[in-house]
Amino acid sequence: MAKLILSMDGLVLKEIPLTKERTTIGRKPHNDIQIDNLAVSGEHAVIVTILNDSFLEDLGSTNGTVVNGNPIKKHFLQNNDVVELGKYKLKFVGEAAPAAGASTDKSDFEKTMVLRPSAMRTTDVSKSAAGPAQRAAAVQHAAASATATGVADATKTVPPAMPAAAPAARPAGQPLGAIQLLSGANAGKELELTKPLTTLGKPGVQVAVLTRRPQGYFITHVEGAARPNVNGQQIGPAPHALKDHDVIELAGVKMEFFLKG
Amino acid sequence: MSDLASTLEIASCTDPGMVRSHNEDSIASDPARGLVVLADGMGGYNAGEVASGMATTVIVTEMRQILTGTEPHQIDPRTNQTIAARLLREQVLKANSSIYQAAQSQPQYAGMGTTLVVSLFYDNRVLVAHLGDSRLYLMRENALRQVTRDHSLLQEQIDSGLLTLEQAKNAQHKNLVTKALGIDPSVEPEIHEYPTRPGDIYLLCSDGLCDMVEDEDIGMTLQTLGANLKLAAQQLVQMANDNGGRDNVSVILVRVLREYPGARGVMAKVFAWLK
Repeated sequence: MAKLILSMDGLVLKEIPLTKERTTIGRKPHNDIQIDNLAVSGEHAVIVTILNDSFLEDLGSTNGTVVNGNPIKKHFLQNNDVVELGKYKLKFVGEAAPAAGASTDKSDFEKTMVLRPSAMRTTDVSKSAAGPAQRAAAVQHAAASATATGVADATKTVPPAMPAAAPAARPAGQPLGAIQLLSGANAGKELELTKPLTTLGKPGVQVAVLTRRPQGYFITHVEGAARPNVNGQQIGPAPHALKDHDVIELAGVKMEFFLKG
Repeated sequence: MSDLASTLEIASCTDPGMVRSHNEDSIASDPARGLVVLADGMGGYNAGEVASGMATTVIVTEMRQILTGTEPHQIDPRTNQTIAARLLREQVLKANSSIYQAAQSQPQYAGMGTTLVVSLFYDNRVLVAHLGDSRLYLMRENALRQVTRDHSLLQEQIDSGLLTLEQAKNAQHKNLVTKALGIDPSVEPEIHEYPTRPGDIYLLCSDGLCDMVEDEDIGMTLQTLGANLKLAAQQLVQMANDNGGRDNVSVILVRVLREYPGARGVMAKVFAWLK
């Protein structure tokens, strides 16, 4: 679970886990995080936590809220962000997501789930009825609701997820392929295959595509009556894996595929 | 209603991906009536497959029956919308109650639901209904454009300014949809209509594609492989799998080959009546 570390002049005062959906910060005693300092407004700011993401919002405070040196109105908190309120500093420490995710059922991660308003009311009731310990569990388990956007509550468990599904970067170690034309008007010309897809040939006559995949390079027939030849053999309808120094013949032009170191 | 089988070229591909053991996505199409449907099911055990399968089956069979003998572009006097828009909405609601009732009556299906994106091509336009985070894209003049807007928590946060598009890519709750079919007794699908042009390529996909493959790469694939739609569909699925394939991946591609104006005037009415 994400937490805040409150400090002043480099001295750590306390750690505050973000267990609640809304954690208020201000000078007045009813705030979840009370900072008794005149530079802090009565109701200064609020942190809204939705699942594993926390958002900081300034509540129109007199002296403003500063994150990493920049004044903000709304801010999506990232690990190690430092929130400054007068002389006080709040460091945001995000969840150690990968470690937590590893122990949970990975297959549940990313499963599409529905949020709906009707579920929010029931969860609210259960939360208010439960003790603090159970409440913490309930927040983690049933997931916090999204008041910030007026949306509702998760109907199912969301395990602390691994970092989101950013498409995997192309393998860095993969050798770069290229083709060199062996015949035709542009004989000798070289083309590096840096893109995931490169088309070759004449549209309407014969076209093939070279695809760059983690396993290597492949050639696939796209259009035209005849399929291209690789090393004198016509390829099948399925993608054909290319090896270093394969010779491709396409639309009357010969070219050599090779891997650069 | 005219036969659109020779006007539209349709190719599709669906795959469980690299991680999941079964495929909860469903796709269906009726080329003659210009109808394509894609659904991404959710719910425990195999309930997701049941929900998405029900959605595609109900919508395709009902629309097939109902479109026979109607002129979908005519204006319905009761709603002031085209007949097609009213019919499509009704069938989506029908699918919703079928899934909802099955989920209520059979404990193993409790809580199941599905996202949905449906496109109906008629009279030089496309009618789009969607729920959840399955999307419709349009490739026109070498530019890819996202037509539908997800019903998801992430999209709402982007809209309200809480997240930038860059931050959204790293958010951890991409999987939470705010609207879906079969979850509640009633639902309101988002329905829009757009004019089509010959040469347009429409892409319907589940989030297994757009979460794993950048829009830029999707655009490039459609641009380079547009000549061979079947291959383009397979290539898109393969790219999602090469990038990790963490979810089921489904794509439907529809290319508009020529104009297809709806029949108008007295003769059309006579023909419709004769049918």
